[in-house]
Amino acid sequence: MKQMKFRLGMALAGVAVVGIGLALTFQRPHADVVQRGFRGTGMDQVFNKQDLAVKAYANQLPAAEPAADLTGVPASQVYQNVKVLGNIDAAELTRLMTAMTTWVAPKQGCAYCHNLNNLASDELYTKVVARRMIQMVWHINSDWKTHVAGTGVTCYTCHRGQPVPAYVWFNNPGPPQALGELGNRAGQNAPTLAPGLASLPYDPFTPFLEQNNDIRVISTSALPDTDHTSIKQTEWTYSLMMHFSNSLGVNCTFCHNTRSFAQWDQSTPQRATAWYGIRMVRDLNQNVLAGLRDVLPAHRWGPLGDGPKVNCATCHQGVYKPLYGGSTLKDYQELASSTSGAVPASPDDAPAPNTPPAAPAPATQPDAPAPKP
Amino acid sequence: MAEYQNIFTQVQVRAPAYVGVPGQSNENRIGKPYHSYLLGLIGDAQVGPIYLGALGVLSLVCGFIAIEIIGLNMWASVNWDPVQFVRQLPWLALEPPPPAYGLKILPPLREGGWWLLAGFFLTTSIILWWVRTYRRARALGMGTHIAWSFASAIWLYLVLGFIRPLLMGSWGEAVPFGIFPHLDWTAAFSIRYGNLFYNPFHMLSIVFLYGSTMLFAMHAATVLAISRFGGDREIEQIVDRGTAFERGALFWRWTMGFNATAESIHRWAWWFAVLCPLAGGIGILLTGTVVDNWYLWAVKHGVAPAYPQVFPTTLDPLLTTGAKP
Repeated sequence: MKQMKFRLGMALAGVAVVGIGLALTFQRPHADVVQRGFRGTGMDQVFNKQDLAVKAYANQLPAAEPAADLTGVPASQVYQNVKVLGNIDAAELTRLMTAMTTWVAPKQGCAYCHNLNNLASDELYTKVVARRMIQMVWHINSDWKTHVAGTGVTCYTCHRGQPVPAYVWFNNPGPPQALGELGNRAGQNAPTLAPGLASLPYDPFTPFLEQNNDIRVISTSALPDTDHTSIKQTEWTYSLMMHFSNSLGVNCTFCHNTRSFAQWDQSTPQRATAWYGIRMVRDLNQNVLAGLRDVLPAHRWGPLGDGPKVNCATCHQGVYKPLYGGSTLKDYQELASSTSGAVPASPDDAPAPNTPPAAPAPATQPDAPAPKP
Repeated sequence: MAEYQNIFTQVQVRAPAYVGVPGQSNENRIGKPYHSYLLGLIGDAQVGPIYLGALGVLSLVCGFIAIEIIGLNMWASVNWDPVQFVRQLPWLALEPPPPAYGLKILPPLREGGWWLLAGFFLTTSIILWWVRTYRRARALGMGTHIAWSFASAIWLYLVLGFIRPLLMGSWGEAVPFGIFPHLDWTAAFSIRYGNLFYNPFHMLSIVFLYGSTMLFAMHAATVLAISRFGGDREIEQIVDRGTAFERGALFWRWTMGFNATAESIHRWAWWFAVLCPLAGGIGILLTGTVVDNWYLWAVKHGVAPAYPQVFPTTLDPLLTTGAKP
């Protein structure tokens, strides 16, 4: 009897251990595998049906505001202090302002950016930021078609009804560690979300998406030549790629043929799109968002005093195309570029100049990848 | 009747503790032998006496120092928080020096110095333990097969942590001490050098790894299947006809036309096991020193096949003229 109980206990313990292992190792069932490449090459995408249902719900397009009853008068002639969007129809500006409220500050309303007693006032920092954001949206939609194509972006692509987008990032000093001679994490080895809970470097964004460090680590020659890229550097790139994968909800094989990550002739066209995406994100972080750091109040800064920045997740939010490729831009053509949507043929129309991006602001970088020897 | 068809030994023989073969440095064996029911379930119930000797003590001391260095660094990396130490343990590591230090003998402790110290003590401990396995085998009049198979594992360990970093001119090339970190290092290693699966020695190593498990399964299953006839006493039966062991041999002759003998199956297993880290070590040693991209190497030598192009041609935007940076 005692032996029976002992065996039962041992068996239960074994089942528990195996069960916990299985639960933590595999995802829920109903994974769908979609073959994209040639048979047998493993160029497959794995989707989880429950996840897809959640994402489909989260990525519905918001309803467009009803078309405006155009007045034919540019906004700059009706409203004061309209530094951007002054050339569009006054009624369209009102329509866009309504849309922006639902996109960015649905709970806070107009007062999130405007002094309700004087809508023209720039006293709230949020209004200054919003103006710069409109310029950024123009810049993305007109200069980064290599990444956003004709789909384009609007405030909603990132904000999704929140004043601060859910996915922004700051320079990451890492979790607390002892300061003496012991316990240097070397910028990695912590369970963090950026590298998908791997023990890879926890801030791949600062070196690659704020600074312009080279992402490529794989040798381009069969035999040793001049490439001295280290394995530690490779871990930084690996971490960034984990972020790509998580942000887009895809496997490595969405862009790469994993038999050889480096070969462009075996990659998918999405890899080139991503390449431009990296340059776009760098451009925005260096030339737009760095300049907004001083406009923002200190409580919007990160632990190292830097402003919020963008990465792939900011727009993509777990989906390979933001909003599954749905375009919010198509209903708001005035956001396509600084001149689109302008009121036509008005001689005294004086559109505000599209301010060129500010010079990149230097930032302190604590966690650069290991230098080449 | 005694039954052996269970993962646990169901019969435990209890007798006065067996002191061992006479005349083989009996004086150095320490500890009063006792019997353990739990250990008896999975093996011989008698525990001890043990031969420790000077080498064994030194090895344990060095191993203890290495584990202390690694463990205290891990604990410090969570700011000495005991709860976080346990929760984050699989992620924690002691990293080798950054590549900028090259082969500097003792970089600052915080910058990989501890890693070198831990590596020194761990290596010393392992090598002392190896000498111990060799000398204990000799003392018992055995062959030294165990020591040499252990040496094969030590070879791979030394290639990864010492010989290859030496050839590459940087301690930073070596493996961190840590559970997940050493796995991530392995993946990064393969990525950096263009996919280790195209490394022929890696292929060989995998053959011997999987081959070992298959041989182990075949051999173990055969012995267990004939244990009802006393087949676990295989060596006593090796020269006789009609024994349990002959049934096992006949099984394989009938099913696949060929059978190993009670002795040769162990040579097969020994070589497969030994060649796994031996070939793997050669593969690691050649990586970065002789070959820099195994995929390109495999294409050059006709190993990697080409597949039909199914995606539109994608060019490297870095090389495309007029591309926006």
